[in-house]
Amino acid sequence: MEYSPPPFFKRGPNLVTRLTLFSLLSLVLLFADARFRYMEDIRAVVGVILYPFQELVDTPARMARGMANYFSLQSTLRGENTRLREEAFVNAGLLQKQQDLIAENENLRELLHLRPRFEPSSQVASILYTARDPFVRQVVVDKGASDGVVPGAPVIDTLGLVGQVHRVYPWASEVVLITDKEQVIPVQVVRNGLRAVIFGLGYDGALEVRFMPVNADVEKGDLLVTSGIDGVYPSGLPVAFVDSVERNAAYPFARITCRPASGVRSYRHVMVLGTTEDYPERPVAPEQGGPGPGGKD
Amino acid sequence: MAVQGFGKAYADEILLPAKPAYVGLSFFVAFMLNMLPLTGYVLMIRPDFVAVILLYWAIRHPRKVGFTPVFILGLVMDVTDGSLFGQHALAYCVLMAAGVAWHRRVSLFGIQGQMLHVLLMLLVAQLIVLAVQLAAGNAFPGWWYFLPSLSGCLIWPVVCQIVTSPLRPKVKSEEL
Repeated sequence: MEYSPPPFFKRGPNLVTRLTLFSLLSLVLLFADARFRYMEDIRAVVGVILYPFQELVDTPARMARGMANYFSLQSTLRGENTRLREEAFVNAGLLQKQQDLIAENENLRELLHLRPRFEPSSQVASILYTARDPFVRQVVVDKGASDGVVPGAPVIDTLGLVGQVHRVYPWASEVVLITDKEQVIPVQVVRNGLRAVIFGLGYDGALEVRFMPVNADVEKGDLLVTSGIDGVYPSGLPVAFVDSVERNAAYPFARITCRPASGVRSYRHVMVLGTTEDYPERPVAPEQGGPGPGGKD
Repeated sequence: MAVQGFGKAYADEILLPAKPAYVGLSFFVAFMLNMLPLTGYVLMIRPDFVAVILLYWAIRHPRKVGFTPVFILGLVMDVTDGSLFGQHALAYCVLMAAGVAWHRRVSLFGIQGQMLHVLLMLLVAQLIVLAVQLAAGNAFPGWWYFLPSLSGCLIWPVVCQIVTSPLRPKVKSEEL
């Protein structure tokens, strides 16, 4: 070792070698994440470490909002107060009616020996920020594993279904919006009970009902609610309104575009529901290979 | 004669050596700027501050930043963005390599020429991310996707001024 060259010009491997090495490493990580989701634990750890910094960055925005609230005009407040009073009055009436209906419904269900309706637990969360990755439609909310949020839990706002919890960190969680390209939700037309499946398109304000026959009874303005048959979303949450129905006899399916019922762009608060009741075990999928639905034939 | 070809931007400047803590601080500030809770159009045109700072160090002081910290920073960025694990790391490593490989060439240009080079490098980095995402099955989000490159190139002169100013010696060399 005495005769090793002096470290004056020691620069390590050259640029191309280093770039190739690190690119390969990141490609391996990308593949492992995209294909097998191996990286969730590392993500959770880094997420915890970054939490105080995120809080620090959020503070100015939060303070600005607080200041704006503090200095809001009295006339605005009075207007809002009057409106809220009126709403509370209307809601009180509805609530009384609803309590009556709940009692009646329970009685009827008992008479018919049906399972009681599931009432999911819920908690209010506020939206911290929109995810910065332009390829996903997500928001990050301020409730996480420490508040009992679990992956897969549905998220709603006052108008309807917002999305589904995707990744959970200890004090925050990522919510995939229903407009995300990967989101698929079983729905039901309120008007006639027709069941369908709605798909996100990957951009704001649009959803699509696919695989509905050309003669399906769907009209413009129909409200679609969750049907609850997937065991993820409780039934009856408003999802979307039908915007247009295009029936072209050249295609086997009608082209039905919808707009989401929820207003995730305009609210700061959402409600994270608990996951739904214990469903019976899913039946084991039949052996792959036979010419079944979904199989290649 | 050798100095003659240099651009006006920092032709006859002799800067103080940048301390590692200062480099780290600049990255930290850029990272915090990236974490700002923005939404809507502001988020759409927001430049990737970390990428711009990275290019600054790669071009102006190519020996100051190594690949490993850049790679780790990219991974951390992936976690905060909720994007695929490794996509920023890849983009930042490519940016770093491009900046270091071109640092002599870019230094010959004036500020506009530098901005064009920066735009090109940022676009290439974004194209790589786009290719990865398309391969992972995501759709092209729209042409606005490339706006951060444009805004990153536009803030280049400002970033250069801000980051360089503490490195300028207090006493002009001519006065000595």
